Amino acid sequence: MTAAVPAGMYLALAAALFTVGAVGVLVRRNLIVMFMCIELMLNSVNLTLVTFSRIHGNVDGQVLSFFTIVVAAAEVTVGLALIVNLFRLKASSDADDVDALRY
Amino acid sequence: MAEFIVFWIMAVVALGAAISMVLMRNAVHAALMLVINFFAIAVLFAVLEAQFLAIVQVIVYAGAVVVLFLFVLMLLGVSRTQTFSDRIRGQGVAAVTVGVILLVALVPAIAGPYLGADAVCPAAADAAQASGSLCAGLAAVNAQEGGNVAAVGRVLFTDYVLPFEITSVLLVIAALGALVLGRRHEDPADLVDQLQTVEDVEAEEARA
Repeated sequence: MTAAVPAGMYLALAAALFTVGAVGVLVRRNLIVMFMCIELMLNSVNLTLVTFSRIHGNVDGQVLSFFTIVVAAAEVTVGLALIVNLFRLKASSDADDVDALRY
Repeated sequence: MAEFIVFWIMAVVALGAAISMVLMRNAVHAALMLVINFFAIAVLFAVLEAQFLAIVQVIVYAGAVVVLFLFVLMLLGVSRTQTFSDRIRGQGVAAVTVGVILLVALVPAIAGPYLGADAVCPAAADAAQASGSLCAGLAAVNAQEGGNVAAVGRVLFTDYVLPFEITSVLLVIAALGALVLGRRHEDPADLVDQLQTVEDVEAEEARA
């Protein structure tokens, strides 16, 4: 029985990855690296969905995970365009430099 | 046994890549660590009998998303490395503390009920039912449809066809939004430059 992996181990790994992403968003100040940490969190949730899809024995979780991947791709496109615009505006990609609602 | 070995190797790789991504001072190195993490999770998807998502993960995340990140990093030329000196005192310590609390709350809440021996997923559905396992056997569902891709496709284009169509609209809107945001002319930055030059001229006039 030692050579088997309970489904909970995948969920625990996903929780650990989510935590690393959340701590990364809190610790880092570079906007792009913060964005990468958000991608990490989205991906760990995908792992959770796929694991639950396996536990329950249907593919609905995988379909939901597919939608998450699509939305994340759209989000990356718009988010990176916003970061490029911010960089043009402030010549910096530091989150602390973007603390005003107007320039 | 094979699943055991693959899981533990990929778990260590994924967690190690994620932690080093947060700790990397150079943003380009962080992006490369992110690629390693995405590949490790793609392997885990394949182990979890989600072969379609494993391929999509490699194509979309490791292929498109990270390349986009690297493009922006190269475009902006962010070569300056970030120092970890906090502007808020003790921010790092507080963040790690909050992270540990989050982990301690998340693991029992999500993974707790599935950590026992009855949550081990065997390959076949009848074996799962015979052993009283929590797992219903995704492999059988996949085999019934003739593969994971066919199974996902059938559900996607029957039960979830409306969300799928809305997704295409979302992608078009995102592409258009990125185009509009990325336009050079009528750029706010140009306005700022003009304002600064006007201010500079006024300052010089005042000095003169």
